[in-house]
Amino acid sequence: MNHITSLHIRSVPVLDQDEALDFYTTHLGFEPRDDVDLGFMRWLTIGIPGQDTSLLLELVGGPQHDPATAAQVRELVTKGALGGTFLLSDDVHATYAALRDARVEITQEPVEQPYGTDIGIRDPFGNHVRISQPAAG
Amino acid sequence: MELTRREDVNRRMLRARDAMDRHYAEPLDVPGLARIAHLSASQFGRTFKDVFGETPYRYLQRRRIERAMSLLRQTDLPVTDVAREVGFESLGSFSATFARIVGRPPSEFRAAHGALAVPSCFVAAWTRPREAASKSAVSEKRAGPRPQ
Repeated sequence: MNHITSLHIRSVPVLDQDEALDFYTTHLGFEPRDDVDLGFMRWLTIGIPGQDTSLLLELVGGPQHDPATAAQVRELVTKGALGGTFLLSDDVHATYAALRDARVEITQEPVEQPYGTDIGIRDPFGNHVRISQPAAG
Repeated sequence: MELTRREDVNRRMLRARDAMDRHYAEPLDVPGLARIAHLSASQFGRTFKDVFGETPYRYLQRRRIERAMSLLRQTDLPVTDVAREVGFESLGSFSATFARIVGRPPSEFRAAHGALAVPSCFVAAWTRPREAASKSAVSEKRAGPRPQ
């Protein structure tokens, strides 16, 4: 028995925390949670209202990475080669229309899948975000 | 956000590759993609290979075959229609390209694989074949279906 009860925080690599905060809160409905200057880092988390899981908008670089490693991570982020975030919507077509009108980078218009309907976008840095509306029933 | 020149190029090339993903069944529009990436058409292919490790032609071919694999798994479309849907006008060219890349003919692949109930972007990324591709098959062009 490992006693783990939930997914709490997941880190998303970003290249500018202010821009990330603006993007995820303005366009994707996240709420700001912690925004703490720890001296060595800015601890910046966001989450979907009503849900406990948070995303840590983690700036690439800092003492955790030597400059060469930080450059490699930035390289991968800007190539869209690092992971992604998967969100659910209760009206993905409306979500799509709002994102399109806001000129967010759309990687995939709504497509019907066996599991529902989904779209794809990128955040300002190249991270992939998938938004799905599960099939009814 | 401040990007190095290299990172800025990556980001612009990623926008161009995303456009290829959306319009995979259409002719490879190098001038149009180059405009998205803010490069000249002559720079585009070289830069794409530098950033993503393969030519735009090869990437498009892998994208088309990956889409064909998905249609074969998830639909009952005849192979001829699958070929057209992903941008091939010639069934012979599609079948030969598919077999060369996937290792078995389309009909045999369909018989062996069913639909996958996981997000389609993972299926797309993880089933996109990596084998070498020839330019000839990618030159088959046709406007086509919605991207996935």
